[in-house]
Amino acid sequence: MDKDAIRQRVEAWEKGPVAKTLNRFPERRERFETTSGIEVKRVFTPLDVDGDAYLENVGLPGEYPFTRGVQPTMYRGRFWTMRQYAGFGTAEQTNERYHYLLKQGQTGLSVAFDLPTQIGYDSDHELAEGEVGKVGVAIDSLKDMEILFDGIPLDQVSTSMTINAPAGILLAMYIAVAEKQGVASDKLRGTIQNDILKEYVARGTYIFPPEPSLKIITDIISFCKERVPAWNTMSISGYHIREAGSTAVQEVAFTLANAIAYVQAAVDKGLDVDEFAGRLSFFFNAHNNLLEEVAKFRAARRLWARIMKERFGAKNPRSMMLRFHTQTAGCTLTAQQPDNNVVRVTLQALAAVLGGTQSLHTNSRDEALCLPTEDSVRIALRTQQIIAHESGVADSADPLAGSYLVEAMTDEIERRAQEYIDKIDDLGGVIKAIEAGYIQKEIGDAAYAYQKAVETGEQIVVGVNKFQIDEELPKNILRVDPEVEAYQREKTARVRAERDAPAVDRALEALRRAASDGTNVMPSILEAVKAYATLGEICDVLRGVYGEYTEAS
Amino acid sequence: MAEKKIRVLIGKPGLDGHDRGAKVVARALRDAGMEVIYTGIRQTPEKIVAASIQEDVDVVGLSCLSGAHMVLFPRVAELLREKGKDDVLLFGGGIIPVEDIPALKEAGFAEIFLPGTDTNDVVRFIRERVGA
Repeated sequence: MDKDAIRQRVEAWEKGPVAKTLNRFPERRERFETTSGIEVKRVFTPLDVDGDAYLENVGLPGEYPFTRGVQPTMYRGRFWTMRQYAGFGTAEQTNERYHYLLKQGQTGLSVAFDLPTQIGYDSDHELAEGEVGKVGVAIDSLKDMEILFDGIPLDQVSTSMTINAPAGILLAMYIAVAEKQGVASDKLRGTIQNDILKEYVARGTYIFPPEPSLKIITDIISFCKERVPAWNTMSISGYHIREAGSTAVQEVAFTLANAIAYVQAAVDKGLDVDEFAGRLSFFFNAHNNLLEEVAKFRAARRLWARIMKERFGAKNPRSMMLRFHTQTAGCTLTAQQPDNNVVRVTLQALAAVLGGTQSLHTNSRDEALCLPTEDSVRIALRTQQIIAHESGVADSADPLAGSYLVEAMTDEIERRAQEYIDKIDDLGGVIKAIEAGYIQKEIGDAAYAYQKAVETGEQIVVGVNKFQIDEELPKNILRVDPEVEAYQREKTARVRAERDAPAVDRALEALRRAASDGTNVMPSILEAVKAYATLGEICDVLRGVYGEYTEAS
Repeated sequence: MAEKKIRVLIGKPGLDGHDRGAKVVARALRDAGMEVIYTGIRQTPEKIVAASIQEDVDVVGLSCLSGAHMVLFPRVAELLREKGKDDVLLFGGGIIPVEDIPALKEAGFAEIFLPGTDTNDVVRFIRERVGA
């Protein structure tokens, strides 16, 4: 390729036809850029990519640095897992929704827990009032978990659980339910989110301070290595960082910075990186800017592969693979003209698939208003099925590779994310950066800049600041029956009355000892849940030993 | 010439961690020249009311996206009344079904802002109600 010839031609083109056109038709804006402030040029050419480094930077699917995907055949073998995040009200109601989703062709489960469960309070705790069953299903004890998975063979589905601070407890309950179904723990497949660091900066469901939280996480990693080897022990999440307002570059950078901290913590505990890194997984957002998002997924994969190989000295290629779940961007959904959200979700889902996701949740059109109705959930799932079966984009791995724009943007996102990671290293690592408020400030600044861009009309949101109509917001929305709270409290009271109380006390005491003397807490948590100790009781024991985190104001 | 600044407390009652909206509103009000105290997430209604009294605010804005607003918002209003601080201007925002708005207004909320709100509208609303 004669780069000089191309360069000369591009210059002539700018001076000739482009200048002439600009005279008559000025462009829509002076500078075009992505959410991350990366310039989108008028046209990208071979001059924008380093064609000589193809094997080093891009390569082939299933091979280092995995820019083109983690499997050699990608979706030609099997589509991504279609996994809709669902949960509301009681375990009984949510179990019904799971059976519905599986019947509709969904291929994996994804559990949404309510906030009391996520923060380690039973439904009858005073802080739980008004929150029980609202943003997810309420789980207080093993009893609820048995109901949640009733009639669902756990050796045949994979289950993802969005649970962080009490992740070990919910995983223990899942193992116990499986045992009752006759399914051994080494047959279980699924994921716990178990990513506490992003909770401090973006999502808010922390319980314990960072240090003991990391200790519990490494306990879970070593426990799973022995007992639940096919389980993804973490889903390191950029999703919520993006929802909190970050740019695409920040999403990649802060997520991988958190991941570095987890890997380092486990290595410091004496674990061999290749023994656990293959079970780490990731979770990203699919936002509106289609091409930037595709480049983001590719850049994240390549950057992680390099970090694992160069920084941590991983040898096993599996340790270097960034496998990820994607959810479309909830924050882009509008309450105005909610049917338009179906189109937004389609574009975002397309970005995830073009970016090589391993599993996908598509949001429902009504989520800026309420919990999704069954009709909305079905459309969201059908969106994935249409992309998979009708669009043709799944027939070749990483189909946008080689696009000058996509390759240049992939390089640029990787470069800028690496800059952030270097900066965080300079601050003393991600925990120090969180304590200093650095990451929160970066995200907050980006969120505010976006809001201002919408308010000045620089960023158009269809139906919100342009193309509005007079409309009434819909009223036939899904609501959680307030009776759920009373019903749930009663059920938990019954569990407490009927269980073997001395066995519970013994199990909780054993847990307290394990937590205090620093041994792995997972075996005692498993014993406690089997004795029907509640989630709140278990968390209280751990709060007593580890203390609680509060946000600095 | 030193006009008294309008004092606003932005609170996040309950367990909800979605604080993007609350933070953006707090910053917009600050940029509009108001004195803003942001409570941070996971506050009880009692703590929010105590802070409102201690900071002697003119306005309290609450944000909730978890669906617990019908329990938490009226409780803040009630506690403010109990503590004799019922002259404060109350508003709310979040994922709030339109059918709930009349009951919240009944409970003492002057306005409920829904997704897609322009922060300039919030500024205007406060200036009109609290008056300069």
